[in-house]
Amino acid sequence: MQYVTGIDDHRTSTGLDNRKLLMWAFLGSDVMFFGTLIGTHLIYRNRNLSGPQEEILSIPITTISTFVLLMSSLAMVLALAAIQRGNMGSFRFWTAIVAIFGSIFIGFQMFEFTEFAHLGLTPRTNLFGSTFLVMTGFHGTHVAVGILWLWSILFASYKGKIHQGNSLQVEIAGLYWHFVDIVWIVIFGVVYLIGAYGAEGRALEDIPHAARAVGIG
Amino acid sequence: MAANIGILRRPVSTEGVWGWITTVDHKRIGILYGVSAFIFFLIGGIEALLMRVQLAQPDGTFVEAGTFNALFTMHGTTMVFMVVMPAGAAFFNFLVPLMIGARDVAFPRLNALSYWLFIFGAILMNFSFFKAAFPDVGWFGYAPLTTSEYTLSSSTDYWVLGLQIMGIGTTAAGFNFVITILNMRAPGMTLMRMPLFPWMTLIVSFLIIFAFPPLTIALTLLLFDRFFGTNFFDTAGAGADPLLWQHLFWIFGHPEVYILILPAMGIVSDILPTFSRKPLFGYTTVVFAGAVIAFLGFGVWAHHMFTTGLGAWATAAFAGATMAIGVPTGVKIFNWLATLWGGSIQFKTPLLFALGFISMFMLGGLSGVMHAAVPVDTQQQDTYFIVAHFHYVLFGGSIFGITAGIYYWFPKMTGRMLSERIGKVHFWVMFIGFNMTFMPMHILGVLGMPRRVYTYSVDQNWAGLNLFVSIGAFIIALSILLLIINIVRSARKGEAAGMNPWAASTLEWAIPSPPPHYNFAVIPTVRSQHPLWDEEANAVEPPPLPAHGEPHMPDPSYWPIVIALGITMVAGGLLIWQANTWLGLLVIAVFGFVGIRGIYGWVFEPVAEESAERVHAHH
Repeated sequence: MQYVTGIDDHRTSTGLDNRKLLMWAFLGSDVMFFGTLIGTHLIYRNRNLSGPQEEILSIPITTISTFVLLMSSLAMVLALAAIQRGNMGSFRFWTAIVAIFGSIFIGFQMFEFTEFAHLGLTPRTNLFGSTFLVMTGFHGTHVAVGILWLWSILFASYKGKIHQGNSLQVEIAGLYWHFVDIVWIVIFGVVYLIGAYGAEGRALEDIPHAARAVGIG
Repeated sequence: MAANIGILRRPVSTEGVWGWITTVDHKRIGILYGVSAFIFFLIGGIEALLMRVQLAQPDGTFVEAGTFNALFTMHGTTMVFMVVMPAGAAFFNFLVPLMIGARDVAFPRLNALSYWLFIFGAILMNFSFFKAAFPDVGWFGYAPLTTSEYTLSSSTDYWVLGLQIMGIGTTAAGFNFVITILNMRAPGMTLMRMPLFPWMTLIVSFLIIFAFPPLTIALTLLLFDRFFGTNFFDTAGAGADPLLWQHLFWIFGHPEVYILILPAMGIVSDILPTFSRKPLFGYTTVVFAGAVIAFLGFGVWAHHMFTTGLGAWATAAFAGATMAIGVPTGVKIFNWLATLWGGSIQFKTPLLFALGFISMFMLGGLSGVMHAAVPVDTQQQDTYFIVAHFHYVLFGGSIFGITAGIYYWFPKMTGRMLSERIGKVHFWVMFIGFNMTFMPMHILGVLGMPRRVYTYSVDQNWAGLNLFVSIGAFIIALSILLLIINIVRSARKGEAAGMNPWAASTLEWAIPSPPPHYNFAVIPTVRSQHPLWDEEANAVEPPPLPAHGEPHMPDPSYWPIVIALGITMVAGGLLIWQANTWLGLLVIAVFGFVGIRGIYGWVFEPVAEESAERVHAHH
């Protein structure tokens, strides 16, 4: 699986593996990807002509899903530490936990999107519907790709293709996973917190009301 | 291990058509890029000539207004995305590993994937001609005009999806060259010993990976508006911002200008020392000027939008940044001139084109600085003055630079020299034709002739200059014919080039022409910026193969073209989906599976079919 390019020794100019450097470059590029989506969302804040907007965001529910996603990053760290020690049982356990926590996060997102649809918000409703759902949808797609990747790694480990000797594969998947988490922290802070607490004409005491709107709190 | 791959064994043969389709050799991929770019150059050129026939006289009736819109749209899109970018990629691919002393790029299969995505995206976009019509929304595709409310034709969908696929390929190539240059350099080849061309490639690759995501998002948002009814650009119905597209597009679009010109600057920076017989003047300054241009390039996009009413402060800031970017560009020009100064100048064809580049690019740069002054820009916006400006930069700059590169490295790529005599005639015909075509456009612009008009009336007094311009355009076409004749002639009876026909100083000239598939029998150790000038031993002949035989290179692979086909046909499925929902979904499902299967096939593919055990033993 090591993709040597004909150079007999695997020395690189920086000492970093090519694939690891590739992941860092990709993540740098992905910053621009999400930056553009989040920027578009912010530009369009409070410009809606009709339909529900930021007041329907539920901070309590999203706090829970954010916590689950953050814990998945902790599990990812433990999974990598385990395979680097050569403890495959522990590695498989924590990798499964990462994937399951990621799936729970996706579940929360599906619940949120469905609730919003009941409240009359779809991507076609207004600017908020378009920017919010496409932005968080792309983030959810990133999480889903990560889950597929982690299950693939777990499966490959049973076939002996992932082992202590190439734990770099896990490290690279981990870099991706942590990045997707960090993007969510930005979205949670900038889009949810500032959005819900900073919406026009809303005071802090109104927030529980927003939670009630989606059935919690 | 082969059994795990399923139906496709890793191919081993590099012969014939399949050898080219499955190749992962950076030199072959470079040639594929180069040939494709040249074919599209002819297509884009024919589109330009058709426009010039139409405009040669007032009240022209050669083409209709709608056809003219399609012609300028496809001319611009073709020249930017299917000619200058892939021509740059051709040089990146063929030369960068040779110049930094590597056997291939960091990710050979990713490299092949980039090429196939580029060519499939280009074909998909041009395919709209057979299904609907050529796209006719301008190469910038301004939304909201491109939303389905105003542009019903599915040709716009082909434009969006074709550009998106080419963009994915380009971004992948950007990653590949960032890693290759940072990580694959020969021992001793520090960054500050690299020739200028790999340096500019590194900078362009960084520009690509940071500038293309905004375009990807802009195209995606437009696609969602057109296909799924979102409101990103729905100004009338949902209160969307009519300038959102322009911001997103030019945040990509201005760095794109430097993606188009920096490769040519790198080419020229390596040609001038060879034919002046002295090192590049102020090497470090030229490198840093390139980096400064790239940084500033992200902060000047709104100068494409001065007439949209951004407000005085924003306009002033972008005007200042735009003037500032002229400084590093000027630094480079002075460095080039100082390289020539006092040199033993040899007026070979590559140097002529390099000098053509410096002079013509400088004119384009000067008219560019004029546009940085907002009142001047306001006057010139959407006139032929702008057309003149960016053709001096992109033709006088990029195309002259690329042609210099063709004459300079053709002997390395093929092992045969091009004719100096035809080359010099080619230069002068192209130089004269170019100036006849684009110099009068400055005057036409000042006289008030707007861009993108399909005709004008006789009493506007633009007829004489337009006829002159059209004649110039056909002289450029003649010069391209001379290039083709030169290449064909060289293939039949060009004299053998040998290792280093120009007595140049950089590593690519230390190996045979054309290079063997493994490039370097022994990876060289570099001790200076000019290994072939400073160390006589290197300049004579390459070291013999080591005792254990030829270096082992990765086998070819089917997966790049399989994945590219999957991605392209998912886009095709979206286009079918508009007319026939179920058939479209079927195509998306089938080729989505092909693409994902391709990714898994790729991941679990051994380096070489016969050596699976050997690779295993490595770990």
